[in-house]
Amino acid sequence: MQKRKLRVMVAKPGLDGHDRGARIIARAFRDAGFEVVYTGLHQTPEEIVQAAIQEDVDMIGLSSLAGAHMYLFPRVAELLNKSGAEDIVVCGGGIFPDEDISRLKEAGIKEVFSPGSSLETIVKWVKENVKPRGG
Amino acid sequence: MGERERETEGRLKLVSRVVEKVISGDVRTVARLIRDIDDGIPEVRQALKELYSHTGRAFVIGITGAPGVGKSTLVDQMLSRLRSRNKTVGVLAVDPTSPFSGGAILGDRIRMQRHSMDEGVFIRSSATRGHFGGLTQSTRSAIDVLDAMGKDYIIVETVGVGQDEIDIVKSAHTTVIVVIPGMGDDIQAIKAGILEIGDIFVINKADREGADKTLTDLRLMIEMDQKRYEEGKWKPPILMAEAVFDKGIPEILEEIENHGKYLMKSTGSLNFRKEKTKVREELKEMVKSRLIQAVFYQLTESGEFERAVESIIEGKVDPYTASDNLVLPAVGISNS
Repeated sequence: MQKRKLRVMVAKPGLDGHDRGARIIARAFRDAGFEVVYTGLHQTPEEIVQAAIQEDVDMIGLSSLAGAHMYLFPRVAELLNKSGAEDIVVCGGGIFPDEDISRLKEAGIKEVFSPGSSLETIVKWVKENVKPRGG
Repeated sequence: MGERERETEGRLKLVSRVVEKVISGDVRTVARLIRDIDDGIPEVRQALKELYSHTGRAFVIGITGAPGVGKSTLVDQMLSRLRSRNKTVGVLAVDPTSPFSGGAILGDRIRMQRHSMDEGVFIRSSATRGHFGGLTQSTRSAIDVLDAMGKDYIIVETVGVGQDEIDIVKSAHTTVIVVIPGMGDDIQAIKAGILEIGDIFVINKADREGADKTLTDLRLMIEMDQKRYEEGKWKPPILMAEAVFDKGIPEILEEIENHGKYLMKSTGSLNFRKEKTKVREELKEMVKSRLIQAVFYQLTESGEFERAVESIIEGKVDPYTASDNLVLPAVGISNS
């Protein structure tokens, strides 16, 4: 039988228009053999969660560089919970003050990557921590 | 009741719950079922069997064309128009899998994301995955699921490059082929295989230089296709559009409607389930993929396939004989 394939979503919530990082991450995920749904810029948490459910992804990777992560990231986790989709792993990347990182993790963001995290580290983390549904 | 019966019964209950939820339009169930189809999970067959009698109602539109011609933008605008008429729509956007990593970036959604909060729209991206013959099959099954879910229209978007992608579009009521001005030789290239399946041609980005020449080229090519000029046959219209600026969309939808009426008149029904050529085509695909599943997986599982590979390398047998030996007994034909 065919093996289940990991499906992930890379999303940019909020107002910043800098998606170079998100796109590089998307490519790294593709090269690691994942199916990557990219939503594009300026997404609301509501749109991201609906898209993730329709696409049946195993993980959402959020990228934010505009400083609104303390609202946007936990809101995605909260909406997933409300929709009964708490099994979808959420992780985030961007520039965050150190004290925010532990608070994001408390809010249900499973891992947070800062500038300097290598693509290799991120891909390895996903492979170890996110499993395809039913797998 | 034995352990085994109880297990089977439990599984059947689960399947009928899935079926119920799909019919009631439950988004999560639909999304998961499509994933199971893509992943080739054997249990989905039962659900698909039970869903079959709930299919055949949706109108299926295929959209194909080279990368970058604006297919997703066009679909996005069509979504808005269809929604303003209160029609519900399912979208299946198929993108190629990287042959190197097996991964894929599915970006069609970017252009359609504004519809993601609309409950009347279900958008699903999928990758070709390179499984032989399986792409057509799994996309067809996904169409069935969205159909059973109750969507009025289903739009299937593919990059029209490989035979598989062309085959998917064949399972649509109406196929729209999108080109852009200045593609020159690319229009020549679509002759092979794709031109024949187009019911409607759209020249997108028509504000660009060369639109008129593209129109002339296309018209010429369609006119050369003699079959099109039999009495009463559908003559594919060529339309100009600028999808980004929402120009030309009502005309495209109108022609899709006209083509639907034509199908209605010529075959008596829009239900594929009642049309012999479509049923034959569909069954052929299913027999093919069933054979591959049943025979090929068994051969790989048992190690026979690998042993045959070794034998060929060692020069003990040629691949023609080896494939006879592998396949014929498996399907119950004596090898003579």
